[in-house]
Amino acid sequence: MTLSIRIQAEGFDAAAETAALAEGRADIGAVVAFTGFCRDEGGRLSALELEHYPGMAEAEIVRIAAQAQERWPLLGLTVIHRFGRIRPGDEIVLVLAASSHRRAAFEAAEFLMDYLKTKAPFWKREHLRDGTVGAWVDAKETDDEAASRWR
Amino acid sequence: MKLVYFAWVRERVGKTDEDVDLPEGVATVADLVRWLKARGEEYEYAFENESVVRAAIDHVHAKPEAAIAGAREIAFFPPMTGG
Repeated sequence: MTLSIRIQAEGFDAAAETAALAEGRADIGAVVAFTGFCRDEGGRLSALELEHYPGMAEAEIVRIAAQAQERWPLLGLTVIHRFGRIRPGDEIVLVLAASSHRRAAFEAAEFLMDYLKTKAPFWKREHLRDGTVGAWVDAKETDDEAASRWR
Repeated sequence: MKLVYFAWVRERVGKTDEDVDLPEGVATVADLVRWLKARGEEYEYAFENESVVRAAIDHVHAKPEAAIAGAREIAFFPPMTGG
């Protein structure tokens, strides 16, 4: 299985990443792509600032990817998570899951996102339109519930 | 032992990281939190709701009862909000 995990400040091109994952291969029958974007929360936000724990962020995503690989017959996984200041409309996270068939790719992509949200060491803080720094975003119980249904 | 802090835990403690020499008897993550809280009000504030703050030992999530002997780096942070 090809595994590509990147933690980076710069943006990404989901289509180019998908092409790179599938390039030169004839065994992949399905690639599911999830891109998470920064919302402006009804015009309230000027940006989200993402803090992360260097070293652990990569290590934790590797562990999550290994769990996905144990559960589904995957042929490739790409996970890109950005840090730093991200403006509304810009991308934050990309998950690509490749398999021979769609079901494994769909499920693995969802599993990866549910686990990324609750286990990967990233924290969001709001920057408001009026120029002030807002609050740290609270973790959502619904995210914990989403992750727990995979157990 | 190196301690590192993130997000609002970092802001409340007032530093990103520090090196500490732990006394005998500080054996678990929970012991370490108790010891930190006795060091000053910034730590008391950061850990005022102990069940909320998460910990990691050498880049791996750790529960309060986890042993810290031999750890190089222990991190404290709020529940994660990435993705």
